Amino acid sequence: MNGKPLVSIISAGLSKFGKHEGLYARELFSYAAKEAFDRCPKLEPKRDIKAMFIGHMGEAYEHQGHMGSAAADWSGLLGIPATRTEAACASSGAALRSGIYAVLSGLADIVIVGGVEKMTHRTTAEVTEYLAMASDYPFEQFHGVTFPGLFALMATAHMNAYSTTQENMAKVAVKNHHNASLNPKAHMQKEVNLEAVMASKPVAWPLKMYDCSLITDGASCIILAKPELAKKYTDQPVQIIGSGQASDSIGLYERQSLTSLQSAKTAAKTAYEMAGLKPDDIQVAEVHDCFTFVELMSYEDLGFCPVGKSGKLIESGETQLEGRLPVNTSGGLKAKGHPVGATGTAQTYEIYLQLTGQADKRQVKDAKIGLTHNVGGSGATAAVHIYRGDA
Amino acid sequence: MSTQTPFTIEQFYKFMSHGRLMAGKCAKCGKIHLPPRPICDNCYSMEFTWTEISGKGKLLTYTIIHVAPPQFQALAPYAVGIVQLESGLKLPGMISNVPHEQLKIGMELTIDFKACAAGLTWPQWQRYCFRPA
Ligand SMILES: [Zn+2]
Repeated sequence: MNGKPLVSIISAGLSKFGKHEGLYARELFSYAAKEAFDRCPKLEPKRDIKAMFIGHMGEAYEHQGHMGSAAADWSGLLGIPATRTEAACASSGAALRSGIYAVLSGLADIVIVGGVEKMTHRTTAEVTEYLAMASDYPFEQFHGVTFPGLFALMATAHMNAYSTTQENMAKVAVKNHHNASLNPKAHMQKEVNLEAVMASKPVAWPLKMYDCSLITDGASCIILAKPELAKKYTDQPVQIIGSGQASDSIGLYERQSLTSLQSAKTAAKTAYEMAGLKPDDIQVAEVHDCFTFVELMSYEDLGFCPVGKSGKLIESGETQLEGRLPVNTSGGLKAKGHPVGATGTAQTYEIYLQLTGQADKRQVKDAKIGLTHNVGGSGATAAVHIYRGDA
Repeated sequence: MSTQTPFTIEQFYKFMSHGRLMAGKCAKCGKIHLPPRPICDNCYSMEFTWTEISGKGKLLTYTIIHVAPPQFQALAPYAVGIVQLESGLKLPGMISNVPHEQLKIGMELTIDFKACAAGLTWPQWQRYCFRPA
């Protein structure tokens, strides 16, 4: 394929991430849809949008399944085929991938993809239980292994194999909180220092409270068009030039490696090959830092550094906002927040802003090539997408 | 199907409650499945034999859970890990009878078929755990 656009992004929307008391998920989603519609005045949503795919992980939160139709209704799009995609925390990465399938099939020229999750009205114990549903039941949940616990198992193995430290992980939190302080839509617009991260309470050793992403309410959406039509709607389309998605065993214990995600490596390889690009070509990336350690692991799985050297890479400062390869300029899942179903396309939203020069105080200068990395469960799903700004 | 006992996760736990760690061995390609499966993911055969495997192994990795789901809160903080058995197969589980500061990757553990009873009420399976060899 070598860089040929698969689809074009013609607009994008994001609700404020945070605590939204009294709002239902479908209502939250309508704010993201409204922003995307307003951003693209030439689009007539009711006339032009032919399908919706929406990521939503858990019906337990609101006792509400069947989010496709509810989201289509509250976005004023009733009548179009609307389907919920579920792949745990990669639910909207999977929605994006599904939207690409739809446009490339020729069945729909313009589609809306996105995601939503309403979480903060539940207790931490309840959220812990719901999130664990993305892992294996009979051998993980049944034995009290939590979601942070699964990534903690990988972190312990990585520390043992490569001398990665808790300080390395803490630096990810410090960096991403700084970036979020520049993002008015982030859940926490607050800096943290290394000492505070290191002193925070343990959740699943070696992961502490400040290593964990936030329990957040939020919604995101992206409008995709057939590349030939994009210029009709916007002067600044962003092209998706690589798309990879892969699966792995739902149980972590069945995998060969405990220090990398094969699903992410496979998805990245597919996306890089499609785009005709190498890791060195990426200028800005949003990666799945559900826990600080996972950002480190992503550096290795995406080829940003050699295996085992992610601790060195974070210490070098190269992934900071002003570095060679800024990662999680939005604040990431860590500080922007992680409304699980919304996360995949929220990452795409940030890359869309970066590649169209709309990222304001956190703008990466002259960024033309971006990447998103969205992980579901403990890595049983991964979706990697590569983007090119064409303006 | 050639055998009377189904090659399922439930049957695996039934054997566990009788103190036996049993895996399913594909009669066609020889792949050993832990947990057992009704259909081999390698060759799609449905012919299996039961094979008893050793419950001794080495700790591959571990964590200490402090924030637990409601059903496990009474046990927290508790240790869980992934153990590589002598056969090379892997199994996760809680680790009991080891002070948390003495947990170490590579330490020798053995399965305890009836040590951990608390926790989830569904399904009604006996929850094994691991303890020092
Ligand atoms: Zn077989």
